[in-house]
Amino acid sequence: MLCQRCKKKPATVHLTEILHNEKRERHLCEDCAKEEGVAMKTQMNLQDILSGMLNAHQAAGREANLTCPDCGLTYAEFRQQGRFGCPHDYEVFAEPLKEVLQKVHGATEHTGKMPQRAGADLTAQRQLMQLRRQLQAAVEGEKYEEAARLRDLIKEKESAGETR
Amino acid sequence: MKLDDLITSPSPWLEPGGPQSDIVLSTRVRLARNVAGRLFSTRLQPEERQDLEAFLKKAVLKAFGPRDITWFELGDLQEIDRRCLMERHLISRELATGDGHRGVAIDKDQKIAIMANEEDHLRLQVICCGLQLEQAWREADTLDNRLEEHLTYAFSPTLGYLTACPTNVGTGLRASVMLHLPSLVLTRQIEKVFRAVARMRLAVRGLYGEGTQATGDIYQISNQVSLGRSEADILKTLESVIPQIIAYEQQARDVLATESPTALDDRVFRSWGLLTSARTISSEETLTLLSAVRLGIHLRRLEGIDLGAINELFVLTRRGHIQKMRGAELGETERDVARADYIRKRLGAD
Repeated sequence: MLCQRCKKKPATVHLTEILHNEKRERHLCEDCAKEEGVAMKTQMNLQDILSGMLNAHQAAGREANLTCPDCGLTYAEFRQQGRFGCPHDYEVFAEPLKEVLQKVHGATEHTGKMPQRAGADLTAQRQLMQLRRQLQAAVEGEKYEEAARLRDLIKEKESAGETR
Repeated sequence: MKLDDLITSPSPWLEPGGPQSDIVLSTRVRLARNVAGRLFSTRLQPEERQDLEAFLKKAVLKAFGPRDITWFELGDLQEIDRRCLMERHLISRELATGDGHRGVAIDKDQKIAIMANEEDHLRLQVICCGLQLEQAWREADTLDNRLEEHLTYAFSPTLGYLTACPTNVGTGLRASVMLHLPSLVLTRQIEKVFRAVARMRLAVRGLYGEGTQATGDIYQISNQVSLGRSEADILKTLESVIPQIIAYEQQARDVLATESPTALDDRVFRSWGLLTSARTISSEETLTLLSAVRLGIHLRRLEGIDLGAINELFVLTRRGHIQKMRGAELGETERDVARADYIRKRLGAD
């Protein structure tokens, strides 16, 4: 669609005006919109800002190829989506992540509430996650005996965590 | 508790009478939490998601008991019902429109909402009427502790509570205050507020969260930083900024009332006239008019009008609720007629 004002450039600014209770739609190019004094307010959400920042972050090729052994996420994928796949990603991507955290929070260390339970042992957490991945693979491969064994093991580890 | 009863009863967070309720509609605190030893929700296979939801449901019901809290499996609900829950701020947009196994537990007072399988495994939310940051945080903290007796959270001593998005890591805390700022908008000072707020690393959003445009002059102000500061410090920032914004709005209200009383009255009474007479009305226009009427009530230009009803209409005239009350899916034109009918009835004009 061409700009309704100059009829030359493509319309990229789309306005809905309500004048005397009548709705009017206008389509302008950026220059005409500016000339008409339309304030350009871009709606940016946190996600856009974050992925913009992550893309701008010039990670070396080595970092882009970092891969989490537990969830399979690569750092390049993370930069694209802005979301992690599992808690272990925070360790795998610890180095490049520091800069991101510094930009977002102005800090890199937690100073707030701690879980009341002593649980939260990172090695145990990871082990449990790996067992769950194996269980999922066993179910998908229809290895039911293996799946049953893994299920019991997970239960055992989980209840050990609860009573700790 | 049945879903229909919940959706047809008033949202307690819209009750007038909370602290500073002429300007602050509500205060919301949410904590992002994940269960240790599992992938984050978005990375889970469908069966794993289902298994996680069952696990979370069990933990929540053990912690609270079925008399105090009800679990809703969102995949089983009608789209309109999910939309109504979102309009009441009891679930996020992501949970309302997403797919796969996901759920929410809501307490009988509609104050607590525990969302499962959002981007994080758990989102614990407490919503209070008026300005009650301390109270909302205390309740969320207690909720968190009670739940923790039944599960282990993914937590790192250096990074805190581990979340799917690094913007939430650390405390996982987002405290958000919903303000009605019509006079700052009318006197064109709202941009100043935005700039001041941004300098404090706080975010401004509209009535329905991220990326939504502010309609009805309602703004949500919340912390952006979740790491490197304690929960108390995060709340303190908001506690220092919000009263200043309230004072600015109050000043702007006084200026309007003393310097342009006729223009103010014209706006307020026209809005009241339209709300009580219109035969078809869009959702946007409704919010604009409600905003002016709400301002008129607080400045005592309009007397004898139930403020509670006006507050409720901000939610009950949304698309989901209008359709829910009619008991049918409606097109836009039909919705606008149903909305106008409902408003007239609610305001005693029919």
